[in-house]
Order: sequence, then C-alpha cells, then structure tokens
Amino acid sequence: MTILAKHAGYRQAYDALLAHGVDPLNVQFDSVLSPTEGVLNGQTTILLGTNNYLGLTFDPDCIEKAVQATREQGTGTTGSRVANGTYNGHTELEKAVADFYGRKHAMVFSTGYQANLGVLSTLVGRGDHLMLDADSHASIYDGSRLGMAEVIRFRHNNPDDLYKRLRRLEGVPGDRMIVVEGIYSMLGDTAPLKEFAAVKRETGAYLLVDEAHSLGVLGETGRGLAEAEGVEGDVDFIVGTFSKSLGSVGGFCVSDAADFDIMRIVCRPYMFTASLPPGVVASTIEALKKLRAEPALRASLMRNAKRLYDGLSAMGFQTGPEANPIVAVTMPDQETAVVFWKLLLESGLYLNLALPPATPTNACLLRTSVSAAHTTQQIDRALDIFADVGRRLGFLPSDRRRAAGAL
Amino acid sequence: MTPSMRNEISTIFEQVLGRPVSITDDTDIVEDLGMDSLGVMNFVMAIEDFYDLSIPLDRVAQIQTVADLIRAVEDLKIGNAA
Ligand SMILES: Cc1ncc(COP(=O)(O)O)c(C=O)c1O
Repeated sequence: MTILAKHAGYRQAYDALLAHGVDPLNVQFDSVLSPTEGVLNGQTTILLGTNNYLGLTFDPDCIEKAVQATREQGTGTTGSRVANGTYNGHTELEKAVADFYGRKHAMVFSTGYQANLGVLSTLVGRGDHLMLDADSHASIYDGSRLGMAEVIRFRHNNPDDLYKRLRRLEGVPGDRMIVVEGIYSMLGDTAPLKEFAAVKRETGAYLLVDEAHSLGVLGETGRGLAEAEGVEGDVDFIVGTFSKSLGSVGGFCVSDAADFDIMRIVCRPYMFTASLPPGVVASTIEALKKLRAEPALRASLMRNAKRLYDGLSAMGFQTGPEANPIVAVTMPDQETAVVFWKLLLESGLYLNLALPPATPTNACLLRTSVSAAHTTQQIDRALDIFADVGRRLGFLPSDRRRAAGAL
Repeated sequence: MTPSMRNEISTIFEQVLGRPVSITDDTDIVEDLGMDSLGVMNFVMAIEDFYDLSIPLDRVAQIQTVADLIRAVEDLKIGNAA
C-alpha cells in the first residue's frame, strides 16, 4: 500500500485492459514516418487517430521555419513572458491569430489545456455563473475548478436545458458565461450554435466556444463552427489549440473585449508557465498561413471524412451523428471494443480506443480522426481492415448493407 | 426528511436506475446504489428537473448520502425563494 492506493479502482480497471495483452493508453511507436504513417512493433501502420486534420506535421515549410527560428533564437524561452519577456514571434503569432479571426485581441498559451484553465478561471470569478455542456473536455472542467465561479452543467447540446437553467438564475447577480465546443472530440458531433447564440442573446450571457477540433476544419475560411453557423458576432471568446490542425503545440484565446489585455497580468496559467519556444511559434505561424492559403486541404479532409464515415456506415457500423473528421464507431461492449481495437492494430491500423468514463453515455468507442493527408487508398485500406476484423469477430451485420451516403 | 421528499427522491432513483430501490437518510448514493459517474449525473439532472433548480458542481461533489442530497435541495429551494 502506498499513497497511490486510493486509485485502486482505476488500477483494477486498467489491469483488466492489460490482461488482453494490449495497452491502449500507452501505445509505443517505433517511429512516426509522416502525418499518416507510423511504425508499430516493426509494422508500418496507418495513423487514423492523431487529430492531424490538415496533415501539416511534416510540411517542409513549417519544418524549415521551425529549424530556422531554433537556430536563430534557441530551443526554448526558459520561462514565462512575464519573467523572461516576449519574443517577436509571440507577438507575430498573436497578431496572426487575431487577424485570422478578425478580432481585436489574441492571447497565446503554452497548450490548449492551459488556455482553457486560463480563460475559464479569469473571465468569471466569485459570484459569476459558468454554464458548461455536460460533455465538455477535461480542460474545461478543470478550468472551471481553478476559478471561483459557480459551475452549472447543462445537458449535452441542449439549448432548452441551458435556457431553463439560465432562467432559474433570473435576478441573481453575477455574469453568466456559456461554454460549448465546436466539434466534440469523442463522437464528432457539433454544437447547435445558432440556438445557443439565441439563448445567449435572450439571457444576456457571454458565449465562449472551444474550437479545438474545428479550427481549420469547419467554416468557409476554416475559422470553425461559429463561422460555419454564421454566428461569430455572438461568440465573445474563442479558444483553440495549435496541437491539432496546425500540427504543433500551444493554445489561444481571441476576443474583441476592450480590456482583454488585463488577462496578461491576472491569468495564472498564462503567467506562471514557460512560453512557447521559438521553433514552435515559427512553425505555427507558417501552418496558419497554409491553413488560410490552401482551402484545398479542408476540401481533402472533408472528402476523406465523408468517405470513411459513409463506408463504415454502409457496412453497418454504428457511427456518430455527422460526417466530420472525427468518426467514432460505437462497440456493443468493452470486451468487443478492446478485442476489435487489438485486431485493427495488428492489421496495421491505429486509432483511439475510448472507454468510459472518458466517453459520453458510457459508450465504448473506436474513435478515428481523418487527415487531409490520407490518400484515398489509405482510407479504403482502413475500411477493408474494419470489414475484415468485423467479419472475423462475426458481428458485422453485412447483409443489412445500406447504400453509401444514404444516411 | 419529509416523507414526501423521500418518496419523490426514491421514485427518481427508480426511474434513473430502472429498478426498485429502498433508501434511508444514510443511503450512500454511489456505494449503496452502485451508481457510476454517468448515473450520478443523470440522477442529479432528474432531481434538478423535478425540483426546478440547478445544483452547482461544487455542491454535487459534497453529496454522498441521501441526507446530503436533501439538504442541498432544501438549501437551494430556500435560496431561490429568498
Ligand atoms: C475540446 C478540447 N479543448 C482543449 C484541448 C486541449 O488542447 P491541447 O492539446 O492544446 O492541450 C483539447 C484536446 O486535447 C480538446 O479536445
């Protein structure tokens, strides 16, 4: 018995997973070859679960900028911007992000996780009310606990439930902040943002959207769900990450709030952690340029997403509600999910095994994320592997084939 | 607790769990009723609907027994009326 004995319940559940001869939470890659391929146990494997939406991690220009900046400015900043100062790159990146969103202000954080910790603990405080979607990402829940606001959870993607809860607060002092996500990371479903915006307007609340999985993915110019839904004017704060579509690491928040810059001296997850290294900043700036200059990337991404989604749906797999770059297949139970996942991996296909309590409605999911860099052949190969494993496990309802795209 | 509130809560438990339960003040919601975190969330939301209130997450975290739950609901109802 050690001090960690309190986690015995998790240990037990984890051991049960390991008993299958797999460790889905700690997959060891021998190497990563490209945005879409890695080597696992000596076998070249298709990467279909790495959130590399635009496939920019090996972009030659992004790499070149990172190398150049590292040579010129060093490997790290060795401290926070409050202590060690702001580099030109930090300012340039913030300007680029603000310009992309057409907002007055942008603030960059060392990760998207920290961006949520930072803004959620600073924008609202004691006596305020933070309204969270029940399926919010861990960083949103953790951010809500870092601050002093009262936290109320509403039913996932349910504007009526949110409205009811805001109405209960009528006459109670304090600001209200609604927090939703563009694309939800487990099932790939989007928020009904027009309806949330209407609730926000009617109740005088503020609205924050985390576009972590929708930046570079949704919207005419890739700004995300708010752009796609035409409600950017109603969104007061957008949070996002550089770690997915932009292929680096870091987080941000943009806003038009006049006094936004006060955050730089009160927001602890910004102030008390090292700032992004020059190489990361430089590749991110370049990746954002690519995102803006090459809408074809988004078109390829969506084509691949639809091909995978339609293919899996047509085979009879239970997929999520929308054909987005996150395609999740719901498995009947944990046992099947683990075995299925293991066989996929052995067949050269890597994706995420997502199990309760990390999933909504306690579903056991095979979670894929598609990239613009996947070739049609890779998507088709992934579909073949799914079909093969489904047949081997004898539960593919292949005779109930639906026409591709019928759903 | 008032008998009526005990009955109401017991009915909500049964709706969420889909089986009969018998509860007392000391019933531990997670341990005795075998609820997982999703079950607790659904149960809390059903309670919130029924009593027309929202239980803030820090309050939810303090609720272990049925008595804790009743106290939270009563406090919040008084708070709303004030
Ligand atoms: C909705 C959401 N917000 C924030 C994050 C955190 O992003 P980062 O990887 O930059 O910490 C993630 C991804 O993990 C996410 O899915």
